[in-house]
Amino acid sequence: MTRREFAWIFCTGLTLGAVARPGAAEAAEPKELVVYAAASLREVFQGLAEFFQKKQPGVIVRTSFAGSQELRVQIEQGAKVDVFASADQKHMKALQEQALVQSPSIFAQNEPVLIVPVGNPAKLSTFADLPKADRIVIGAPEVPIGAYTVAILGAAEKTYGSEFGVQVAKHIRSRELNVKQVLAKVTLGEADAGIVYKTDALTAKERITTIAIPDSVNVVASYPIAVLSGAPHADLAKAWIALVLSKEGQAILAAAGFKPAPIVVSNKTK
Amino acid sequence: MRPTHRRQTMAFRLGMAFLAALLGTLLVLPFVALLLDGGPLSILRGFECALTLPALRLSMETTAIAVVVVVLGGTPLAWWLARSKWRSARWLETLLQLPVVIPPAVGGIALLLAFGRRGLFGGWLERTGFSPSFSTVAVVMAQIFVSAPFYLQAAVLAFGRLNQDLLAVGRSLGASPPRLFFRLVLPLAKPALIGGAAMSWARALGEFGATLMFAGNMTGKTQTLPLAIYTALEIDIRTAQALSLLLVAFAFVLLLALRRINQQPTRSERTVTAP
Repeated sequence: MTRREFAWIFCTGLTLGAVARPGAAEAAEPKELVVYAAASLREVFQGLAEFFQKKQPGVIVRTSFAGSQELRVQIEQGAKVDVFASADQKHMKALQEQALVQSPSIFAQNEPVLIVPVGNPAKLSTFADLPKADRIVIGAPEVPIGAYTVAILGAAEKTYGSEFGVQVAKHIRSRELNVKQVLAKVTLGEADAGIVYKTDALTAKERITTIAIPDSVNVVASYPIAVLSGAPHADLAKAWIALVLSKEGQAILAAAGFKPAPIVVSNKTK
Repeated sequence: MRPTHRRQTMAFRLGMAFLAALLGTLLVLPFVALLLDGGPLSILRGFECALTLPALRLSMETTAIAVVVVVLGGTPLAWWLARSKWRSARWLETLLQLPVVIPPAVGGIALLLAFGRRGLFGGWLERTGFSPSFSTVAVVMAQIFVSAPFYLQAAVLAFGRLNQDLLAVGRSLGASPPRLFFRLVLPLAKPALIGGAAMSWARALGEFGATLMFAGNMTGKTQTLPLAIYTALEIDIRTAQALSLLLVAFAFVLLLALRRINQQPTRSERTVTAP
């Protein structure tokens, strides 16, 4: 009986000890660069991280990929981050207004495209055929791809007539919370058509067909990147951004389907 | 002897209290923060979000249907599982617990692969002119999928613990199986069944991943409260906070009410427990 009670007290003591010594294991760590990036940048930034680690021995790049909004909230709540790359300007601007990031640059551009599953059940051949699709899945207007989609559909309605807008609206079955969900619904054949970024379409080439959206109605998605004001490793963060904007970095981005940065010298966005 | 005894009791109580407080803090503090952070005004403004009412209504309706289906189907299934001597019954029991373990999004993909347009039964379903994906039916199916194990587990345990002598007496007195089940088994197991149903309902209410995957996100049709919260998070964290509070309050009141019901012994229970 007594022994059991001592075990309790012993456990309690252990817990206390662990709580009372924060940071005891923090010494002798390699330099870490923490990069937060929009979900659509996953493959590219993982490739860039390997490249960076080769060029800078002793540095470990830690990447975290999620929706730009989620990452923004984490940064606002005090996450220790060096670099933030967003899929749209909105969240970067919000952080800039709070002085949490320093002078962002546009490092890449992405182009929304129309995708249909293999077999093309709705038999769409051009973007103007979209109203023929029975099940359309797009991004929610609150997320970047959804906001771009709203702009595209608005322009399309002006070009192709109001019936285009009415028919498309009638057949929208779901407004997904991120672009990968839209892609999943189309690759699984649940949806007849969806609008995603060109880079996402390239990752699922075997299971979908891509239909370009005419430039007259399409929009360009710009990706800004910035060093955090409270970056623990600001020098590494700057080196990372320099790599992203360099010829090698831009080549890796282009291979994934991104368009190059408008001007490769770090231009400031307001 | 006495003082040592008292000291041990004291140490024991302190140790217990400390560990309990540690866990309690972790569990309760986030809810306190949810309530207090940002102040009441910003939360009130969050309630004005257009997503709120349709989502609340949809969540109430779909979870009510889901729980009814779980209880109606789960009770006989658990009764059979609890009494079956087959080895395969143990296998099945384990299999039926799997939805608790797998990530809900995987559950959603599994549902799509089974009932989606190109799924295992999708072709057959589509010929009947009905395809569940992107419909309210899909929301209910996802909720049933993730929440049924909680009820099943509670019911199997409750049925397994029933006093076999009592059942034997009932049988010897000539009670038919249906009479035995409805007049003796169900009243005896009732508190556990209600508890299981409550857990199951709570899980259905919080269901997010499988719904998003299988049913999509459409206001008034498939956008339940958790999906609305996630959507609102893309607008403004305060709106999401307000919606989360609504979900928490709704769940709290219902779970509390169920607990109350459970504590009041019913008439049939009294007659059963009487010697």
